[in-house]
Amino acid sequence: MNLDFSDDQKYLKEEARKFFEKENALGSARTTLENKLHTDENLWKKIVDLGWTGITIPESYDGLGLGHLELCVLAEEMGRTLAPIPFSSSVYLFTEAINKFASEDIKQDILPKLVSGEVIGTLAVTEELNAPSSENITTEVKNDKVSGVKIAVPDAKVATHSIIVTKSAKGVDLRLIDHSSNGISITHTNSIDESRGHFSLAIDNVSSKLIGEEGNGWECYERLIDQAAVLFSFEQLGGAQASMEMALSYAKERYAFGRQIGSFQAIKHKLADMYISITLAKSNSYYAAWALSTESSDLSVASATARVSSTKAFQFCSKENIQTHGGNGFTWEYDCHLFYRRSKLLSVNLGSLSNWKNRLVTGLEKSNVS
Amino acid sequence: MDFNDTKEQAQFRKKCRDWLEANASLKAEKSSKSDFNNNDYLQTAKDWQKKKFDAGWAMLHWPKEYGGIAASPIERIIWNSEEAKFDVPRGIYDIGLGMCGPVMMQYATEAQKERYLPVMAEGKEIWCQLFSEPSAGSDVAGLRTKAEQQGDKWIINGQKVWTSGAHYSDYGILVVRHDPNLPKHKGMTFFFVDMKSPGIDIKPIKQITGGSSFNEVYFNDVEIPDSQRLGAIGDGWKVAITTLMNERLAVGDANGADVNEAFKWAKGQDDMGDKLIENMAVRESIADWYCEANGLKNTKLRTMSALSKGDTPGPEASITKIVSANKLQAIGNFGMDSMDMAGMLQTEDSNVHDFQSAWLGAPGLRIAGGTDEILRNIIAERVLGLPEDQRVDKGVPYKDIPSGK
Ligand SMILES: Cc1cc2nc3c(=O)[nH]c(=O)nc-3n(C[C@H](O)[C@H](O)[C@H](O)COP(=O)(O)OP(=O)(O)OC[C@H]3O[C@@H](n4cnc5c(N)ncnc54)[C@H](O)[C@@H]3O)c2cc1C
Repeated sequence: MNLDFSDDQKYLKEEARKFFEKENALGSARTTLENKLHTDENLWKKIVDLGWTGITIPESYDGLGLGHLELCVLAEEMGRTLAPIPFSSSVYLFTEAINKFASEDIKQDILPKLVSGEVIGTLAVTEELNAPSSENITTEVKNDKVSGVKIAVPDAKVATHSIIVTKSAKGVDLRLIDHSSNGISITHTNSIDESRGHFSLAIDNVSSKLIGEEGNGWECYERLIDQAAVLFSFEQLGGAQASMEMALSYAKERYAFGRQIGSFQAIKHKLADMYISITLAKSNSYYAAWALSTESSDLSVASATARVSSTKAFQFCSKENIQTHGGNGFTWEYDCHLFYRRSKLLSVNLGSLSNWKNRLVTGLEKSNVS
Repeated sequence: MDFNDTKEQAQFRKKCRDWLEANASLKAEKSSKSDFNNNDYLQTAKDWQKKKFDAGWAMLHWPKEYGGIAASPIERIIWNSEEAKFDVPRGIYDIGLGMCGPVMMQYATEAQKERYLPVMAEGKEIWCQLFSEPSAGSDVAGLRTKAEQQGDKWIINGQKVWTSGAHYSDYGILVVRHDPNLPKHKGMTFFFVDMKSPGIDIKPIKQITGGSSFNEVYFNDVEIPDSQRLGAIGDGWKVAITTLMNERLAVGDANGADVNEAFKWAKGQDDMGDKLIENMAVRESIADWYCEANGLKNTKLRTMSALSKGDTPGPEASITKIVSANKLQAIGNFGMDSMDMAGMLQTEDSNVHDFQSAWLGAPGLRIAGGTDEILRNIIAERVLGLPEDQRVDKGVPYKDIPSGK
């Protein structure tokens, strides 16, 4: 019985924590947000040099050939410092899609470039002010040419490629496009979390390559987000823990009515509730990490369980961290709002909390647990 | 990460399993209900304990001389998880073996340990915990029951309350006030007491469930030999705290209707023409309970992982009772709601019964062994290191502390 990371994985986590601290990733998240820089390219370069963009890419494609558990520990540390980089878009979603579903030709072309940093990818799904589904996608592919408009695509500016979820003759396709192709215009849209840029993609008759099979795009997308949800849940867990730690140290330092605010029971119980939500999220994320790394048949339920628990934990801890900080918590100067913003981004990026709850129960129905 | 037993663990599990299969039957859809006020059931529980004891399973982590097999923490967990799959009586020895045993182990004389511990493990003598008083529950150090020393014995006068199982217990652990002039935490002393002693009067208390598992226990000039004192005079609080620490381990998961029962029910139950499981509000609740139930299960696995590597587990298990007792209450509430007005009726239907007993029993679980609020204080102070509450009763002689009802 061992529901824990190995010593090597813990060492990697420790190294990652030191790295993000040394690089002042949190400070960079603020700079990126305030100046609408969309991403910290310098930090990203260092991450590429560390080989982290190739963690799960097999050695035959120049990657490190490690497993998803290594990715989980990195995700938690990135979440902790709100690192302003396209890691989730490029690694959890784009790389995984190529690795899992693309043809050998595409893999040989793209995977080594993801390792070297030459290629950065993102996934473009959303089109309207509602949750995407296999029914409401209007971006279309005809004779390998894609046309349509995608909105709220994270990291699209720094990305060199996208995978576009499109409608096709056979249903839904995943389509790879190169951002240097003719017919693409990428426009920045202001968003709630400017520490990661969000863009709309106007795509007009742009050449594309099929990822997966024709018509099975939605199925691939679902499998992709089952996996990615585990990694997102680790980022959320990291963010939740950082929010709780901020609240905790403020509760010990700040005085009111002649005593530390952390001696008031309303504040103590708030922090105890944060601890409870984090403990549940952490334990469920660990289990989901195991399910992901072993491609367990209950991955779908396990990832939804982790996802729901971590979304709740990060949302709760980030909002109550503001509350614990009182007036200071509402100022731009304090970092509380950076976590609040990121908690929102991470909770909608793969679909909302209520969607995931529904997905969890659907998973239970399918697996026929009774 | 992996979920497999090591070779030794697998062998041990098989040993547990083989013995259990030979001596008990697996849990069926509807397992026997525990009712310790029913004499037959009490006897069944005692018989099962004796059977386990004879085979070495009763208190397997205890040293051999007191009836255990000196099992490691991980082996104990393996045994518990296997035993939980069988339809056997559980619960009646939780207080005695979970709290009274360890305190005896730590503070009793060698001769006392030899006399009491094996018999306790065997299940022949049942023990209870006499801590709470009408004016001292969460604040158990506020207790008033008086102890006066007379030569080599003590005379006890006062009242305990909410004492689980006092009516079928043979012994109890007792904390009392020997000096009201001292500050409250200093003036207490700890004993164990024969429940058949003259002057002890036990009155059952009717609970909101309609049943009576706890009691008022009156002490009128009850004599306790000084040899039954545990710890020094004035060390009562220290000894009590050791016991309460064990209580927190013993009082864990709230038993009863859980997410699987709720899910199964929702799949079968009609909801104005649809199945109840199609109702989005219900789906949301089921998802929440599933996350809580599995969060606790996986937290346990993390604790086991630490033990299995020989590490000390972190404080994560401290969330168990708050989460599970509240979940139990919510699930009971859901089940009854789902039957509309019929959910009110006390019928023979076992589904109705399970949800109702969850709903009626959970409030007690949120109080017993540390209320939700006290447990949050403990997480905040001991786990997160927040400052203690400011108190008005520290350092003040006990008799000068304000007390209300
Ligand atoms: C089913 C059951 C079995 C029990 N079995 C036993 C037993 O075998 N032996 C035994 O000795 N006792 C037993 N008890 C008693 C139990 O330990 C106490 O009821 C419990 O500790 C609460 O104490 P109280 O009832 O005095 O409530 P109080 O302490 O008066 O609490 C009332 C309310 O005030 C809150 N409160 C009190 N202090 C604080 C604080 N510092 N901060 C925030 N909120 C606070 C509480 O959370 C609660 O909501 C049992 C109780 C139950 C329900």
